[in-house]
Amino acid sequence: MLSGRSAPRARFSLATVASPFRAQGALLRFLLVALLAFTGVAHSQAIQPLPFKNHAEKVRFQHLTRQLRCLVCQNETIADSNAELARDLRLDVFQQMQQGRSDKQIKQYLVARYSDFVLYDPPLQADTLLLWFGPLLILLAGGAVVVMAIRKRSRDAGITAQAPAVQTPTDNEDDW
Amino acid sequence: MSRLLPLFGFMLLVGLFGFGIWWNTQHDQNEVPSPLINKPAPAFVLPKLDDPTQTVSKASLLGKPYLLNVFASWCIACGEEHPTLMAEGSQLGVLLLGYDYKDAPDDAKNWLREHGNPYGMVIADRPGRTAIDFGVYGAPESFLIDAKGVIRYKHIGPITPEVISKELKPAIAALRKESP
Repeated sequence: MLSGRSAPRARFSLATVASPFRAQGALLRFLLVALLAFTGVAHSQAIQPLPFKNHAEKVRFQHLTRQLRCLVCQNETIADSNAELARDLRLDVFQQMQQGRSDKQIKQYLVARYSDFVLYDPPLQADTLLLWFGPLLILLAGGAVVVMAIRKRSRDAGITAQAPAVQTPTDNEDDW
Repeated sequence: MSRLLPLFGFMLLVGLFGFGIWWNTQHDQNEVPSPLINKPAPAFVLPKLDDPTQTVSKASLLGKPYLLNVFASWCIACGEEHPTLMAEGSQLGVLLLGYDYKDAPDDAKNWLREHGNPYGMVIADRPGRTAIDFGVYGAPESFLIDAKGVIRYKHIGPITPEVISKELKPAIAALRKESP
């Protein structure tokens, strides 16, 4: 969101909000009043109700949509996002669940269209090895530097302990 | 020497962050490259905008390449690219197929009347279901589809004269080289 190009920034969000405003001004004014009156109720209706068969299906749906990224507002899952595309994708996921497709199949379907980026967790595969294990490598490298510094210091300390009389100003290492 | 080590470390980080800033000014971070490039376009059947009783399908368009341009009357950036399409759309050498995305038909018709219609044909996807198959996540987006129905190139965001001369025209020329 912080990148320099300005043009396609508001490709979706602004406009999708704007269109119903223009089309149904009067209705919207009425709805606004209703919203103010029943803020709590309105909030719980923000995400369209889907006709789940049972609680387990609902839990599965929520679990699955939380793993999928909304491509419009890219730091939100499609479970959280109110963008139109997220709504369409939620409906799509729901319909595929009704057709008896597994979570894995639904994810594959979306990855085929929107690339791995649609998955909130990047998959562990050859080209993401550095992403997954890079931090560990850096940690190990840092650990190695620390171990080496400690060893050097204790060796130097050992030398000075053996010859305490010679108070030589040791080399730069001790300064920092 | 080792006294300078922290400075080197710091310079390394500065270099890394500087590169990050430069990279992000060159690239749109919101752009998600399509995995559909060089894959067959999804099959679709969609009504024409001006006559919903007639439908256009992927099969009916096979045989000639076309540029599918996703637009909508509610889309602000589409207004930005529209003058470019009006000016250069007819000189591309391929059919410019308008894809009206999640739009009220009357809004789209009025929009085209107001700004001009650069399209050889316009199809309408009001529910946006087919757009998911294409991996569309906003408008404008443009797909170059070859005579065999394979997606060869995708542009995300407004088409500019620069995009046409640097990317679109070479891509179209490459198609022509294959099937004269």
